[in-house]
This record gives sequence, C-alpha cells and structure tokens, in this order.
Amino acid sequence: MTTLSDPPRESFRLSMLINDTRYRSYTFQFIALVAVIALFAYLGSNLMYNLREAGLNISYGFLSEPSGYDINQTLIEYDSQSSHWRASVAGILNTLLVAFLACLTATILGVVAGVLRLSNNWLVRKLMAGYVEAFRNVPVLIWIIIIFTVMTAVLPAPSAFRGADPDRTMLLDAFAFTNRGVYIPKPVWLEGSGIVVGVFIASIIGMIAYRRYATKLLYETGKLLPMGWPSLAILFVPTILMFFILGRPIELDYPALKGFNFQGGIQIRGSLIALWFALAIYTGAFIAENVRAGIQAVSKGQTEAAASLGLRPRRIMNLVILPQALRVIIPPLISNYLNITKNSSLAIAVGYMDITGTLGGITLNQTGRAIETVLLLMLFYLAISLAISALMNVYNNAVKLKER
Amino acid sequence: MSDTHQQSIAFVRDTMLPEAPPPTAETGIVKWMRENLFSNVTNGLLTLAALAAIYYLLSGFMPWLLNGIWDAPSIRACREVLQGEVGGCFAVLTERWNQLLFGFKYPDEEYWRPTLAFVLLFAAAAPVMFPNHVPKALLVFTGLYPFLAYWLIWGGPILSPIFGLLGFVVGYLVWNRLVAQSFAAGFFGAIIAAMITWWLGGMIVEAMASENTLLAAVPSRDMGGFMLNMILGTVCVSLSIPFGIALALGRQSDMPIIKWICVIFIEFIRGVPLITLLFVANVVLAYFLPPGTTFDLILRVIIMITMFASAYIAEVIRGGLAALPKGQYEAADSLGLDYPQAMRLIILPQALKISIPGIVNVAVGLFKDTTLVSVISMFDLVGMIRGPILASTEWNGVYWELLGFAALLFFVVCYGISQYSQWLERQLQTDHR
Repeated sequence: MTTLSDPPRESFRLSMLINDTRYRSYTFQFIALVAVIALFAYLGSNLMYNLREAGLNISYGFLSEPSGYDINQTLIEYDSQSSHWRASVAGILNTLLVAFLACLTATILGVVAGVLRLSNNWLVRKLMAGYVEAFRNVPVLIWIIIIFTVMTAVLPAPSAFRGADPDRTMLLDAFAFTNRGVYIPKPVWLEGSGIVVGVFIASIIGMIAYRRYATKLLYETGKLLPMGWPSLAILFVPTILMFFILGRPIELDYPALKGFNFQGGIQIRGSLIALWFALAIYTGAFIAENVRAGIQAVSKGQTEAAASLGLRPRRIMNLVILPQALRVIIPPLISNYLNITKNSSLAIAVGYMDITGTLGGITLNQTGRAIETVLLLMLFYLAISLAISALMNVYNNAVKLKER
Repeated sequence: MSDTHQQSIAFVRDTMLPEAPPPTAETGIVKWMRENLFSNVTNGLLTLAALAAIYYLLSGFMPWLLNGIWDAPSIRACREVLQGEVGGCFAVLTERWNQLLFGFKYPDEEYWRPTLAFVLLFAAAAPVMFPNHVPKALLVFTGLYPFLAYWLIWGGPILSPIFGLLGFVVGYLVWNRLVAQSFAAGFFGAIIAAMITWWLGGMIVEAMASENTLLAAVPSRDMGGFMLNMILGTVCVSLSIPFGIALALGRQSDMPIIKWICVIFIEFIRGVPLITLLFVANVVLAYFLPPGTTFDLILRVIIMITMFASAYIAEVIRGGLAALPKGQYEAADSLGLDYPQAMRLIILPQALKISIPGIVNVAVGLFKDTTLVSVISMFDLVGMIRGPILASTEWNGVYWELLGFAALLFFVVCYGISQYSQWLERQLQTDHR
C-alpha cells in the first residue's frame, strides 16, 4: 500500500537562503553588498572623524591659490605666481610629453630588436637576447637612475666647452651634451612659416590620397603604381620648394656658450632624457618579445605558400606575415604604452616635474591636502588608462579575424 | 649513333672510393660560421657591426672590472691606489655589504636571523616549487615557515607567531568538521574560529608580555636593504595569489553585484600607477584608520602592494579560466559537483597551470617594483644606495659599482625565477606534442 503524501510545501524556510540554489546567489550578493557598504561606511566615518580632529576638511580651493614654486621645464607659460591648477596642467603636459617620446622610441627599438632576435645571424640573435634579458630583469627605477647619473655626473659641465681649445666640442656645432642637459637648436618661426607648415600638412594629405588611389587602382585593374619614391616626393618636394621660394622663413636658433651657460636653443634637461630613454629601453625589451612572439605566431606554411606563389621575401613580409602578426602584436603593444604612461610617474625619483612631481609632490607637500591631491592624481591616470584601452578595443575590433 | 656515346666514356670506375672527410668549408666551425654569421652580405655586415659593438662594450667594461679595487676605506683611497687608471672601486661593496643587504639600522649582532630566514626560505619553497623531487613531508615546514620567518626577522615574544599559527590550525579543524555539510558553513566557520583564536591569543600575549624575549624585537622601521625588497616581494606575491584567485572567480561569476565589485576593484587598481598607491599607503591611509591606531609603514605598504598585485594576478587567472574548454565546466556539472568542488577539483588546477607564465611575470614585475618604495623614503636596496651610501663623504661618486651591483642582484633573482617558470611549464606539459 502506498502512502500518499503531499508534495513538499513551497513555503519559504530560512535555511533555503543558503541551501537552495535559487536563493543562495541572492544571499551571497546581499552579504557582499552589505560588507562593502559597511566597509566604506567604516572607512568614511574614520575619515570624517580624523579630519575633524585634525581640523581639516575636503576642499579643492587650494587649486586656485598661487603655487609658489617653479617648474624647470614646462610646455606652457608658468611661473611661481601661477595657480596650483596651472602647475598640475603643466605636469600633465610633461607626463604626456615624456610618455609620447618614450612610446615612439620604445616601438622603434622593440621592433628592431624583435626582428633581429629572429635573424639567422647567430651573433646578432644572441646580442639581442642579451639586451632583452638584461633590461627585462632589472627594475626600471634602476635604469632611470643609471641614465640620470650619466646625464648629471658623467657629462661635462658647460665650462668644458669654453676657451680656444676646449675639452669638449659641440656635435655639428648644434648639439651640446652637458650635465645641465642637452642643448639642441630651436626653430624660429618667421613670417611666412605658416604657409610652409600648411604646405607640409597638405602634402601629407596628398600622399595619403595618392596611396589610396594606387591601392584602389591595384585592386580594380591589377596595375601596380610605384609607392615608395612618389610618396616621398609628394611629402617633401613641395614643402622644400615653398621653403626656398618664401626665402627660408624657418630658421634655427643654435645654442651658444654665453657667460656660464649655454644660451638659445632648447634645453632638454637630464631628468627628461633619463626618464625618456630608460622607459624606452626598458619597455623596448618587452616590445621586442611581443614582436618576436607575433611573428612566430604566423605559421611557417603561410611563408611557404606565399613563396610558392612567387612573392619575394620583402613582399611576403609586407603582405602576408606582418598583417597577421600585427593582430598578435598590437594588443600587448598598447598595454606596453599604458605601462610607459604609468611608469612615467617614476619621474619623481629624478625630479622631472610631471603630474606626480607637481600635484603629487610639491603641491601635496605645500598644501598638505593629501587626500585631494592623491585622488586627483589617481583620477588622471585612470582617465588615461581608460582612454587608451578604449582606443585599443576600437583597434582590436577593426583588425580582429572576421570569421563567418 | 646511340652507342657512340657509350664508346666515348673512357673509364668507368668499378671500385668504391674510400670515405673522405667533407671539404673544410662544409664542416665544423667554418661551415657553422658560413651559415650563421656570413650567409650573405647583409648578414656579414651585421656580424661585423655586432662584433664592433661587443668589442666596444667589453673594452670599456673589462679593464674597469678587472682592475677594480676591492679593499679601501673610501673613494679617495681608491683613486690613490688606481692613480688615474681605469678601474672600479668595488671596495664600497665590501665595506657597505651589510648595509646593502640589511639596511643601516638592523642591529649588527642579529644579522644571522634574516640570513637564516633567507636560507630556510629555500627549504620552505622547495616542496612547492619542485613537488616531484622533494619529499611531501617538507610541506609541513612550508606551513610553519611564515611564522618562523616572522619570528626570526622581527623577533619579540614567541607567543605571537604561535598564536598566529594556532588560529590557522583551529580554523582548519573547524573547516574539516563543517565542510561535509556545506562549503559555506565550513568557510565562514573556519574564519570565525580563527578570528576568535587570534583575539584570545592577542589578549594572552599582552598579559604575558615580558621584556626577556628569546630574540630581541626589531621594529619594522629598522628593516632595509635588499632584505626589505625580499620581504615585500615574497610576502606580497604569496598573499596576492589567493586574493587574485578570489577576484578572478568573482569577476567570472554570474552574480552581478559580486561581479561588479570585482570589476571595479581590478580596473581601478590596474588603471593607476603603483606610486600613487604607495602615496596612499604613506600619506592617506592613516586617515581611513580608526583614530589612534598606528600601523607601521611596512604593513601599510604590504597592504597596498598586495592589492596592486592581486588585481594583476586576477586578470592572469581570468585568462586561464577563460582558456579552459567549456567541456571541462560541463563535465564538472555532469558529475554533480557543486561550485566549490568543481572549482577546487577540476577547474582551478587546470586554470592555474595555464596561468603559470603570467603569474610568474606578475611576480617578477612586482619584485622589481618593490624598489619604488624608495620613492616614499624607505631604505630598500635602491633607497640605501641613493640615500645613506652615496650621500656619505666616503663614497660620494661611486655610482657605477653600486648601481651595477643592484642591477646584478635583481637580474640574478628575476632571471632565476623566469628560468624556473619555463622549467615548470615543461614539467607540467601534459599534452604530448
């Protein structure tokens, strides 16, 4: 005889919160949410209490007060009477400057070293492997300090360039390497220089248009126009012609030794150079590995197939290997750019006044507004990273393998 | 006509020639050089350029290294001995050796303690790093090591590390008891039990505190030199792996709130440079702590670096989780395993194996980044060199020897770790290709 029993009642019991998979996730999320809120409430109340005790408050008013310190290398007008805000902007521009320079240099170095690591020349291969391993395994801070030491302690003082028979001479009469920085010629924009620049920009557009047209012609008719020398000609000839027609409106202001120091030209300080080169050489080693991995990721059959179609080695590289390798190379390359930008905050170790040196260094010390400045600093870097990764996603979507 | 040809062959050899060595150009070093160094003109030029570069580097470096002075009291004495010749002044390394390794405040007579802790580190790490070559019994020592090392380096009452250990033991026992019912009960029960033990232990230690301890207490602010880098590196990496796993699982979870908490944490930490986090540790963190608490700086720095590293490790492990074929998850489900069991027994072991190179990358990067603490004026190896040593009157100007030594030290450790990880990858390779 079978006993009939009711199906289990669907009423809610407390233990179902933890044992029933339908409710368990809600329970966990609720616990997590409460824990996070409690943590923030706890930290916030501590903050409030501590600030009250110290007689402080959270306010960004200090940003409009005069900063009272100098920045030795700025891209915008700045003096010690400018506001803290302007100091921060000068710092941001300095960060972007060094990051841009280092990204550019690191890419060139990394691509060259990465390709050379695959060379069939044993000696070159080993030399490049040595470069990559040496720079990847030593902290970037040490490299920055080493190059900074070269710039400040090893290079001669400007006085070494003085006299009829100086110890040191300027390179090409235009570049002076001293312990106060490197002096390079500075372009002076005379009347009509705008036209030359305009022509140059127009020729860049013209070159792109020509290359587009040539590609289109190739795809439509199979007729291959020369690409290399016409591009170069379009790029440079009109600008050079215009430059001489207008009577050389762009002049160079050469640095020259006057008194105790060099005058004229652009002074690039040792701290900038140390940061720039150290970041470039360090990250270049990482990029070299990415480039090598990217090229090796393209299967050898692709090379062989291209060769059997009768393509020449250079063509194989340009048309078959690189387009596929770039898909592998670009994402880590962009995170390397991100790393350069973030590592440029090490500027504070050599006294280059980037945003960490201005806002996070002197402004913080002078005003004592630790929370506000550190928060602003974090927000700035966060904004940069988000911008770069957004860019990366756009690019990734554009080049990713279109599968059907 | 056709047979005229046959007639034209005057001689047909009817015996084999004896074996002869290949022509010299096709064998040994000559062939190797022709293939690898001078296969064509470009290659030959590259070889010459490389040779020139090597010669240039070595001609500058070798005299400096070989002619170095290893025994002198100051840089002036070095220069007197060298008399204008090229040569390094390595005497600074021998004279300041202890400072470079231990910082300038750690008491001299206690140097054996961190040294012993460092040596024991290898014994503790061996069963984890070489699981197939070292007896499993040593794992017990690995478990004991953190407490032993803490006591050796910081000294003080032996009761505190013992109670620290006891908390874990009690937690484990509770977990063992409760995990059969449900994972959550075991997990939270263990945490609560451990907390209670530590709380009781803290009171007992305070009550029994005496001035006469077996090992003299050394405050955190006296730590320095390469020891500080090692402490920060090992502690933060080992702490950040469990946190990183938890964050990665959270980010992969279907529970939206937990997922978003993890995503925001990871992206925030990864978006800012380590220096800003160190600033937080140095100047901001104190505001968020209960009034009157004094956290020492090393602890604050460890907290921030661990947060930093766990965000990166979480991303690496997420990659490992995503790389696992979906069939593995489905297989775990079809066996009737619940989430913790599936993760522990099937998913994580494979995902972690895939993530090893990434984790090692993070570990090496983190170890290098420990030098950044010199920016917030802690005297780690770089801080010692830039601060007390180069600023001293005896050694002002000995840049290359000191910075080269620091670079060499980091190179040896980091290169060693990366070689180990490659070895481990080969060991764990289960697909026979």
